[in-house]
Amino acid sequence: MSTAVSHEMPAAPAAGREVVLDASGVIMRFGGLTAVDNVSMKVHDGEIVGLIGPNGAGKTTFFNCLTGMYIPTEGTVRLRGEVLPPKPSKVVKAGMARTFQNIRLFGNMTALENVMVGRYCRTSSMALTSIIRGPKFRREEEATRARAQELLDYVGLGKSAELLARNMPYGDQRRLEIARALATDPQVLLLDEPTAGMNPKETEEAMHLIFKIRDSGLAVIVIEHDMRFIFTLCDRVLCLVRGALLIEGSPQEVQSDPRVIEAYIGGDESQEEGE
Amino acid sequence: MQFLQQLLNGLTIGSLYALIAVGYTVVYGIVQLINFAHGEVFMIGAFGALATWSLLFKGTTAIWVLPIIILGAMLASVSVALLMERIAYRPLRNAPRLAPLITAIGISVILQEGVRLFYPEAKSSLSFPGIDIVTGPPIAIGGLDLRRSTIFIILALIVCAVGLWVFINRTKQGRAMLAVSQDPDTARLMGVNVDRTIAIAFALGALLAAVAGVAQGLHTRTVTFNMGFMAGLKAFTAAVLGGIGNIQGAVAGGLVLGVIEALATQYLGGATWANVWAFVLLIIVLVFWPQGLLGAKVVDRA
Repeated sequence: MSTAVSHEMPAAPAAGREVVLDASGVIMRFGGLTAVDNVSMKVHDGEIVGLIGPNGAGKTTFFNCLTGMYIPTEGTVRLRGEVLPPKPSKVVKAGMARTFQNIRLFGNMTALENVMVGRYCRTSSMALTSIIRGPKFRREEEATRARAQELLDYVGLGKSAELLARNMPYGDQRRLEIARALATDPQVLLLDEPTAGMNPKETEEAMHLIFKIRDSGLAVIVIEHDMRFIFTLCDRVLCLVRGALLIEGSPQEVQSDPRVIEAYIGGDESQEEGE
Repeated sequence: MQFLQQLLNGLTIGSLYALIAVGYTVVYGIVQLINFAHGEVFMIGAFGALATWSLLFKGTTAIWVLPIIILGAMLASVSVALLMERIAYRPLRNAPRLAPLITAIGISVILQEGVRLFYPEAKSSLSFPGIDIVTGPPIAIGGLDLRRSTIFIILALIVCAVGLWVFINRTKQGRAMLAVSQDPDTARLMGVNVDRTIAIAFALGALLAAVAGVAQGLHTRTVTFNMGFMAGLKAFTAAVLGGIGNIQGAVAGGLVLGVIEALATQYLGGATWANVWAFVLLIIVLVFWPQGLLGAKVVDRA
């Protein structure tokens, strides 16, 4: 079932660009259940890679392995050649940021404050200096605020800065999650179903936003169920089935592969997806 | 006039309760733990100040001694709070809720007995030094006796409350605290150092408890190894009264509790009954108004 797939990418638009993320042989077991079974993936700068598969295929679990939320049972994940540190907050600092399938904003904080939390790992102020509030602290606080506002503008939420996150419309919450993730200055951005629950117009806007982020040089990995979305958006698509990599290729290749179609229509979804 | 005098007394003890209550509420807000040893952190603060004074300034009552003994109190309280977080609570972070609660009670006993046994002559109550400006003769305004320590205590509460507000709303660590209290896992995935943030919450509560310890010492001029027990219970009541997890609530709850106690002393059976009324109030709030005066987090596992 799990055919090892090599990484020669014939139609890769990323040819010549540097590999930013290199996951090799990632296996994640929970007791007797193998949620992710020997998945390898390389992602280049400025590339959008799609991750598809039926429910329970292990997509989110794989994401969790990439972001340090889970430590893979076997296999390694390298970011710019460095093995990921085993602590989520350090993984973020290394340059990996994500959004969540079920939105996980800080509901009782404003949009701006949510984004400012994302700056935590990029600012130096120690607890003590922030009590004393020296000039250095004040400068850094100013810079954090300005950068957060800039990111809100970037995702099109500039006017919502003072709204409480939980009072924002659904589509805006998804964009706010992206802004918060960008605030950590990532090299790779992982989006877990960024358009789930969005109407066609919002989906369209989300697509433009993701293109804009890609054009700024970041690598983006997207989990999506909206196939039209994934096939317009991605440079490359990986399809996971029951934890294993079924096929990797250009959107056209993956789309027309009979096994992918079968996996979606005929596949059983007896496995549970992590998280 | 009697009424105003009692109101003033009530605001004084109420401010002390408020300073301690903030520590309960900050820690609860972030790790959902009722740290029953927090009353002892307050007691340690008072002893820290006393020790600083006895070692460095014995016999001095000048004002410049005050900030230094407050620093001494803070040093003692914060070290103890950080130690207990690191040694006792952190390993139990994912344990069933009852485990850290019982641990807290254990720590409380250890700290009380530790001070009783090892602090020189702490088996009976010790007298706390005076600082002229705070412990001098009361000021008479109209028919009211305004004690200087009352002014000191209320000022201390105001300064601490404003400082805390600024810290939480205007600093990176404060925002991280808010984020962790809402969703620690997500905060971690946004790069927040959750362990450090929790430690800071403990330290913050200890800072205010230390101030309260010094204030109480200057107000009553005595300290005892078990002074934290009743004060801790009252402050916990105040935190619940205001809505546990809610910082403004803790301050408001402390003041309300203090005033109710003082008025009850005057009109409802005297000083012996004051404690009874305080805990009757706690029970009424828990039964009819579990989210407290100002709401926020509901007490579901206290």
